[in-house]
Amino acid sequence: MAMLKTLMCGNEACGEGAILAGCKLYAGYPITPQNELTAYMAKRLNETGGVFIQAESELAAINMVFGAAAAGERAMTSSSSPGISLKQEGISYLVGCELPAVIVNIQRGGPGLGNIAPAQGDYFQAVKGGGHGDYKMIVLAPASAQELLEHTYLAFDLADKYRNPVFVLGDGLIGQMMEPVQFTVDSEHLTVKEKPWALTGCRGRKPNIIKSLILAEGALEEHNKKLQEKFNAMKSAETRAVTHNIKDSDIILIAYGSVARIAKSAMEKARAKNLKVGLIRPVTLWPFPDKLIADACAKTRKFLVVEMSAGQMVEDVRLAVNGRADVGFHGRMGGGIPSDDELLQRIESLV
Amino acid sequence: MKKRKKTSLRGRRAKRGGRSNLKEIASGAEFTPNPRGSGHPRNDGGAALPASLLDVENHYCAGCGHGIIHRLICEAVDDLGIRESVIGVAPVGCAVLAYDYWNFDVTEAAHGRTPAVATGIKRVRPDNIVFTYQGDGDLAAIGTSEIVHAANRGENITVIFVNNGVYGMTGGQMAPTTLAGQKTATTPGGRSLRREGYPLKILEMLAVLPGAKYVERVSVHNAQETLRAKRAIHKAFKMQVDNKGFSIVEVLSMCPTYWGMTPIQAADRIKNEVSTFYPLGVIKTC
Repeated sequence: MAMLKTLMCGNEACGEGAILAGCKLYAGYPITPQNELTAYMAKRLNETGGVFIQAESELAAINMVFGAAAAGERAMTSSSSPGISLKQEGISYLVGCELPAVIVNIQRGGPGLGNIAPAQGDYFQAVKGGGHGDYKMIVLAPASAQELLEHTYLAFDLADKYRNPVFVLGDGLIGQMMEPVQFTVDSEHLTVKEKPWALTGCRGRKPNIIKSLILAEGALEEHNKKLQEKFNAMKSAETRAVTHNIKDSDIILIAYGSVARIAKSAMEKARAKNLKVGLIRPVTLWPFPDKLIADACAKTRKFLVVEMSAGQMVEDVRLAVNGRADVGFHGRMGGGIPSDDELLQRIESLV
Repeated sequence: MKKRKKTSLRGRRAKRGGRSNLKEIASGAEFTPNPRGSGHPRNDGGAALPASLLDVENHYCAGCGHGIIHRLICEAVDDLGIRESVIGVAPVGCAVLAYDYWNFDVTEAAHGRTPAVATGIKRVRPDNIVFTYQGDGDLAAIGTSEIVHAANRGENITVIFVNNGVYGMTGGQMAPTTLAGQKTATTPGGRSLRREGYPLKILEMLAVLPGAKYVERVSVHNAQETLRAKRAIHKAFKMQVDNKGFSIVEVLSMCPTYWGMTPIQAADRIKNEVSTFYPLGVIKTC
């Protein structure tokens, strides 16, 4: 039987992905443009017997997630840009304590209070750290309501797999847009690993301690080495990207999230004009598909990075290209959304 | 708590400040947990430790109240038979290493977020007994929002709030509970009410919330008060076992190092000065 599709906004699809993954606790604080997600979790967790908490702050929300994660349950929080800034301390602690959790950022325009329009200005914050200390998280970049569901679902598995928080970086465009969504479940993913480290009460075992304070001489460096090994394992196993026409392209567009859909439309318009244009869409922003981009330099001399920012991912592209090709940038800021015609014009100017 | 003598460590700490000494102790060979675990008779012939308290040297200064309060918690946990279901949340502050002394599950929390972490644990594990152990900076300054809202939601958790009126771990700075005129590293001329505001009676603030079911202030400056503190802490845990909701016990505690006093002078200060501003007794119960 064909699976029915449900018309829902991306924020709700994200929530359903969490429910399908067995999310037990969600804690959040209202902020536009992600409010549909919080409301959806309030409704659905009530139905599934999970825990929904409208926290008093973003700080409290991320730390409620910390508590639930420490107790061995799947937990999630979400927010939009200014709220995510407040969660950075908690994210650093989650990594330091090796706790799995899912954090969703439906980005809006910044800096400061900015506006409530879609933006991609939080790339650096998500990918380069954001909080204190040497740490990395897998950052997934969905480009549709369907992917918001699938990526959120996947995020819980990856978080448990590596005992590390996983970040879903969306934006107000895909968060708010209504699209048909299929509630697909890959049953392989539903196996939650045993969590012998979790705080459950020490019946029949030695006490478990969750901490990131490591004072003994040299011990914190050892802990960091262990974390780095884990990050390296993520890098080799979890890098994801989608490509279109990269084998025969003179110009390759590179864009993520909702902008990648606009870039794809521009690519198709360019192809209709017999311009050899391709597209690389990083699905994981960390680990970044740098090898894929480096390999593409063998045939393509021009890249055009498109972002709803002043130019953030473009820095990672330049590192991957390492001078072997031209890297152009087309960005819009503060809620500005590039159009496919705007991109087509830019492509034509590069040919 | 009967502490083993290790005067050299305490002396060093008093001279050099808490934080460097903490690191030193945590890295040192002197700080090895006893593999026998706890609940055994002590080597020096003292009374048997509670099963919940590990038989290890602690890092606290001479005359500090934390060791006593740790033990009172362990005695309550043992008395209620909940060692295997209790989950503690340790603060940032002098008691951050509490998990080195407790023989049950414990997590750290970011500074002040302790009640939020406890909320997350308790909500997904309602059958476990969850408590926070917080100092005055953790609970009444950086974590004011979290404690107010945890109490207001009526979270079924137990909060042990240790008020010694200074930030011990960072070198004796002013706390929200520092008394008027009290000299600290950041109020060298004494706390000025005009400049620094008033000592915060956060327990009285919390008591007005309908969600807070049991609110009591106790002290550990002498044996009599310590026994009262023991009963209060026991009750605060029992409240949670009986699903009666949010309980908080504030324990006035000595910090001789950063009060610039001997342990005896510090105990006398609680009796004569601190407890007159922060009166002992039940503020609210049900």
